[in-house]
Amino acid sequence: MIPPFVIENSPALMVIVPFVAAFIAPFTGRATAAARALVVGGAMAVTSAITLLLASDVYAHGTRLYVFGAQAATLAVPPDSGGIPVRIMFTVDPMSALMLVITAVSAFAVVLYSLASERHHSGLGSYYTLFLLMVTGILGMVATGDIFNFFVFLEILSIASAGLIAFRIDGGVAVEAAIKYFVLSTIGALAVLVAIGIYYGEYNALNMALIAQRMQFTLLDQLALVLIIAALAMKCGAVPMHFWTPDAYSMAPSSITALLVVASQASLYGLFRVVFTLYNITLNAACVGWIIIVLGVLSMVVGVTMAIPQKNVKRLMAYHAISQTGYMLLGVGVGLAVLGNQPLLDAFGYMAMEGGIFHIINHAMYKGLLFLTAGAIFFRIGTYDLNRMGGLGHSMKWTMIFFIIGALAIAGIPPFNGFASKLMIYESVFAFNPVLSVIAMVVSILTLASFVKVFHSIFMGPVLPEYRDVTEVPAPMLAGMGILALVVIVFGLFPSLVVETLVAPAAHALADQGMYIAAVLAGGA
Amino acid sequence: MTPVLYNLPFVAVVVLTIIGLATIVLKRNLIKIFLGITILESAVNLFLVSLGYREGGIAPIYTNAPDRLMVLPTPQALTLTSIVIGVATTALLLSFAIVIWKKYGSIEIGFLRRLKE
Repeated sequence: MIPPFVIENSPALMVIVPFVAAFIAPFTGRATAAARALVVGGAMAVTSAITLLLASDVYAHGTRLYVFGAQAATLAVPPDSGGIPVRIMFTVDPMSALMLVITAVSAFAVVLYSLASERHHSGLGSYYTLFLLMVTGILGMVATGDIFNFFVFLEILSIASAGLIAFRIDGGVAVEAAIKYFVLSTIGALAVLVAIGIYYGEYNALNMALIAQRMQFTLLDQLALVLIIAALAMKCGAVPMHFWTPDAYSMAPSSITALLVVASQASLYGLFRVVFTLYNITLNAACVGWIIIVLGVLSMVVGVTMAIPQKNVKRLMAYHAISQTGYMLLGVGVGLAVLGNQPLLDAFGYMAMEGGIFHIINHAMYKGLLFLTAGAIFFRIGTYDLNRMGGLGHSMKWTMIFFIIGALAIAGIPPFNGFASKLMIYESVFAFNPVLSVIAMVVSILTLASFVKVFHSIFMGPVLPEYRDVTEVPAPMLAGMGILALVVIVFGLFPSLVVETLVAPAAHALADQGMYIAAVLAGGA
Repeated sequence: MTPVLYNLPFVAVVVLTIIGLATIVLKRNLIKIFLGITILESAVNLFLVSLGYREGGIAPIYTNAPDRLMVLPTPQALTLTSIVIGVATTALLLSFAIVIWKKYGSIEIGFLRRLKE
């Protein structure tokens, strides 16, 4: 049914399709808006399909290599190369595949939503160009097996995101947020580039598997690790470097904010990939693990306490996004802290990592959903100010239902997906250090309290006179939110199935450095 | 070549990095902050190129090459890519500055306080 050409070249196609469509979309937009919608929607549907195809293939048959410019797609180490993978390659292991699934689902939902929500705005040609470039950047970042290539996709993502954050201008305020984001990201990306230079100078390699194999953990490697952790923790919005997050998340169009959440998760993926695959047990796992745990706990606590007094619904959600990122850092940090100690790793380390990784996919779904509902409310009433909202539950029933689903999921209430991953984190972290687990639970309660308040002030109460004519948002927007809500519910109802099929392989692939190296360096055999 | 001379590019990298970071942190004019970022980019590019330098090496073009030491080609490719990305970055930052100028009538950072805390 599916031509073998597509399956064989899926890693390249999933990046090429959105990239080419990004530059076709503005030209078709000159003809009619419908043609552009067709091109953008079609390209995104094809990209999502290819990405899901690739991910299912990786889960079924193990790590996939795609070497650009080689005679065969899997020929990582040709016979005449002296055992060194010289070409740029994509290395898609189960952890990458999980991120691909997240990106494919979220981006497709966001496109459906955008087609309706952005219809009345100008400059849509560039909007969709930047949107598709963002998707390209995220997919490339999580698929690549070459550390310099990672930097290139990171920069594509940053530039496209900055353009989209500033997109509405909003009297200059959105541009301020974009400047804040972009100056920080550029400095961060340069730090990553210095680290890449250090690796190249030491190991004569840019391929992640080869660097990992040659890793000595010298003083220079420690410097590179610090640069990369600082830069990528900033990009994912962890606490001491979180200042750009509420500004950028609240000023970007809501559909883009949902994708910015995925972009942050991609940076988080980069952080985990470097720590686990490049360094693994060569580094002082307990020390670096604790650094990540402390970043996580700070993010959780500071994020949620800053969220409570917010009056702007998107700023509030953005602070909650920081807080939820803390859970992922906590879970995976605990896994890292016991790395190399097999009994402890089996006892609770893997479970903590699975919880953290499961939370990545859950967070992308429910937080994306919440931002889309915030956008739906703005679409109808034109404000994000909680004090000016009220009584919308009478007219926007579907939006209210989706908001409830997202809010209960983020607060960790069963039977939604946030509960499943948080429970895994609580249990495993309790075995590691009970205090951390208690902090995580308290933060979860505060999250619930905050969302009860938000729910009440948006949807409850009598119909306000100025919103008497408000109606439900158009069907494509509901469809976009519906996809994410469906995933939230399904993942919440069958958590063990999802963990076994999607999350556990990813956690083991992340922890097992040897498998990654072998998959690449045996690629010529 | 003496060790001091050999390490001179790396000393320059450190000096440029400090100048760049200081400009970003201390200056209050957006254009000057963006200049600081460009200086920082140059520092990183210099770092990459210096990594690939080999004393007495020739350009790494294999056609009819004399049998001598070559400088490393990969860092040069990385630097080229990084320069291209740097141009895109600078262009976007400057276009932000234009919008800020149009909307606020100033590019001093003190005016950028309309985004509430």
